Amino acid sequence: MEIGLSHYLIISALLFSLGLYGVISRKHAVMVLMGLELILNAANINFVAFARFGGMNMDGQVAAVFVIILAAAEAAVALAILLNIYQHFKHVNLDEVDQMKE
Amino acid sequence: MDLTTLAFYFFAALTLGFGAVVVMSRNILHAAFSLLFTFFGIAGLYVLLFADFLAITQIMIYIGGILILIIFGVMLTTHITGVDVKSGRTGSIQLGGAVLVTLALAATLIIIATGTAWNESPAPEVTSTAELIGTSLLTRYLLAFEAASMLLLIAIVGAAFIARKKN
Amino acid sequence: MTHDTLLTLSVFVLLTPLLSFMINIFFGNKLGRLSGVVGTTILGIDLLMAALIAFSKLVTYGGEHIIQTRFEWFSPGSYAISVGYGIDNIAAIMLMVVTLISFLVHLFSTIYMEGDRRYPKFYAYLGLFTFSMLGIVMANNFLMMYIFWELVGISSYLLIGFWYEKDSASNAGKKAFITNRIGDLGFFAGIMILFMTYGSFMFEDIFAGIASGTLPFNNPTMLTLAGIGIFMGAMGKSAQWPLHVWLPDAMEGPTPVSALIHAATMVAAGVYLVAKVFWMFTADALTFIAIIGTITAFVSATIAITQVDFKKVLAYSTVSQLGFMIMSLGTGGYTNGFFHLVTHAWFKAALFLAAGSVIHAMHHAMHHMHDHHSDPQDINNMGGLRKTMPWTYRTFLFVTLALAGIPLTSGFLSKDGILAGTLAWAKLTGGWHWIVPVMAFTAAGMTAFYMFRLTIVAFHGEPKTKIAGHTHENPVRIVLPLVVLSVLSVWFFYSPNPIDASVGWFHARVVQPETAVPAAYQWEFLIQDHQAAPAENHGSHHALNALQEETHHYHYLAMFLSLLIAGTGIALAFAIYQYKLISADALEKRFKKLHTFSYNKWYFDELYHATVIALMLAVSKAMAWFDSVVVDGIVNLSAGLATVAGKVTGLFDHVVVDGAVNLTARVTGFFGSRLRKLQTGNIQFYVVMLLLGVILLFYFFV
Repeated sequence: MEIGLSHYLIISALLFSLGLYGVISRKHAVMVLMGLELILNAANINFVAFARFGGMNMDGQVAAVFVIILAAAEAAVALAILLNIYQHFKHVNLDEVDQMKE
Repeated sequence: MDLTTLAFYFFAALTLGFGAVVVMSRNILHAAFSLLFTFFGIAGLYVLLFADFLAITQIMIYIGGILILIIFGVMLTTHITGVDVKSGRTGSIQLGGAVLVTLALAATLIIIATGTAWNESPAPEVTSTAELIGTSLLTRYLLAFEAASMLLLIAIVGAAFIARKKN
Repeated sequence: MTHDTLLTLSVFVLLTPLLSFMINIFFGNKLGRLSGVVGTTILGIDLLMAALIAFSKLVTYGGEHIIQTRFEWFSPGSYAISVGYGIDNIAAIMLMVVTLISFLVHLFSTIYMEGDRRYPKFYAYLGLFTFSMLGIVMANNFLMMYIFWELVGISSYLLIGFWYEKDSASNAGKKAFITNRIGDLGFFAGIMILFMTYGSFMFEDIFAGIASGTLPFNNPTMLTLAGIGIFMGAMGKSAQWPLHVWLPDAMEGPTPVSALIHAATMVAAGVYLVAKVFWMFTADALTFIAIIGTITAFVSATIAITQVDFKKVLAYSTVSQLGFMIMSLGTGGYTNGFFHLVTHAWFKAALFLAAGSVIHAMHHAMHHMHDHHSDPQDINNMGGLRKTMPWTYRTFLFVTLALAGIPLTSGFLSKDGILAGTLAWAKLTGGWHWIVPVMAFTAAGMTAFYMFRLTIVAFHGEPKTKIAGHTHENPVRIVLPLVVLSVLSVWFFYSPNPIDASVGWFHARVVQPETAVPAAYQWEFLIQDHQAAPAENHGSHHALNALQEETHHYHYLAMFLSLLIAGTGIALAFAIYQYKLISADALEKRFKKLHTFSYNKWYFDELYHATVIALMLAVSKAMAWFDSVVVDGIVNLSAGLATVAGKVTGLFDHVVVDGAVNLTARVTGFFGSRLRKLQTGNIQFYVVMLLLGVILLFYFFV
């Protein structure tokens, strides 16, 4: 079978689900971040796949570039916030960081 | 099975396999290193999709930048020398819920991906995408490009501001 | 020097004192004691420039009436408001007077004001004062004249009230300002009458309009009223009866300021104004002016006789002399009136600076003896100063002679001309107008008497107190201005003939202007006789009109009479105060009532208190009553109504509106308290919920 659009889409879907699983299930905030990166990459694969097969051409790749830019910014800010959380709570377990409820 | 197809399956397996390790592993360092291979696999997939510039960018930014950042994050927030490198999962009830939701979502996405009649029009093969992307960025996407540069600047300043020691 | 150069230079003359003001007001605190040096230097430069202009105008362009410029300032509607400035002969002479006296006052003050807390401010104000006065001198239109007129008002206010910590000083400043405002009201009305008629503020336009026969509202009375209105401004500034009350009180200012006000700046402004617009006064207006001047000269001379404050005597003598000037202008003696303004400026400045010198010395002596209660200005505390302060005495004596009108002094020349002019005027107009020369001669005699009384009591005899004995002559920076000013009071600066001024340059350069008023409303003898003029031209005399011709005839009679009267006055002063042939105390007892009347200044202040001020207070009280009863009542009533209405709405608010709001809040609160259990604070839980929602939506809709 010729490798086509749907192959990439399925890979993207699986990668997205894996990332989501990480985001939902892990306690450690850095792990959650890693899951987030997986989700972003899954989206990127979609963009590039549509660029190759869906007629988006360069637009798809440019969108992917912007996603990478956003990911970089997000990682920097998120890790800065993490450091703050660590300084305050002495851990980064997300399920224990719930002081804002009620 | 030609070489391209073979390469596709190799990179797909690389990506998904290490991706699974990333989210399943109890050891954060293992997870981080697995993430490296995941990114590498994605870069391979980009090459197969004629996106050579993106592939290089993926390696340079994700692996060279973000991943290093994440490893720094791990080291700064975890007692490396202690026993606490391992990261626990959340409670089992939520874990079950997570698995369920994830599976449901994966199934949904696959149904959509395969069930939709995509408007397929393969792009012409190009030798180098860098020039085309550069032209797009500085003409059609100039505003977005500038906005992104501002965003990066703000992110740098903001991150530095948030992370600095408070008195 | 061309006309343009002269005009440009005169702008510099005008603005230089303003520079002094700017420097001293903004950087005065940094300069400290240097500000005196700065101010004096700047005024010195100003003086040199003014001298250059005066020389050029009087010598090179002496024959031309005025060198001036005009330009359009703005044009509201169909009017075009023009302003400008110009130098005519009297302006050139005034430039010299103002800058020289101002310079000498600056120099004098470097010692007199030494150690004063607001020393730089003093110099700033002096600069402002000089600037404003120069503006008046150069103005060739009513608009600028009025602007600088008010500037003079404000700077005199600042200077008279300079020691505003003293109640009396700040009150004197206010009194000067408010009294001047009354006069300025008339001035303003006069200007407006002229502007409405002729549509311009420029002197030349207005005079040309009058000469062409256009009258305000086609009514000669309105022209007279305009003239009187403008003269009212002069009455305020030149302290003419009945607005003279501020000038004696202005003695509360520092003595150099008194010299400046009395000689060169403020009071000269009024006389200068009358001279400048002399063209437009009708016969009636001139008569009014003459009478006011005569009353002023007489009344203030009688007051001066009994005063014991050194500066008050001088102040009333100033008022009296200003009366002479105004009287002279009113009787058509334009040249003599202005001449007296100039000669009087020198010797009155000298008198005041001498007074300053004496007071300064008295202060020092008191300080030396740790006496803080005596009055350093009371002449009964002085005596014998002739020996301790020889230079002050010599200059004071000489300028006193000038003021009394003794030959060989400038004062004789000008006063003699004025008195002759009044005689000629009375002869030509006749009737009750003879009262004017009679009062004038009486006032001249009293002048001689009270000035010698002052000299003898303050300087002759033995020291009356220990303080007077301990005085010393002041340093050269105080004495030098005195010497300069008294030298300027010698006759030969004005005329080669010590008994006749009409052969001097002054009379040649300050020529009576041809009247602009139509012949029907002007004295016949003031109208220039064009045919007769060349024929009458015998010798150096050049009579322009019948009045001058007549004045010339009366010259020797007036001289004889005035010498006789002044001699009597001086002899009387010596007899009473020097040789005690007649006891002053006995005289005082004999004429108790007259003495009290004079000593209390004819009760003018009390009169104003009882009438004008009492009326104002009554009106204010009525207003206050209206305010507190009627206006406040209405306000309070509406406030009460508003309160009742407010209470009703408040009740409605409380029960109905609040009830509805509270119900909503309770319902919301009930559901909120149930639903908030979902807010666990766990992000991952939220993500799961979100995803469930997405999946459900997908299957629900697709």
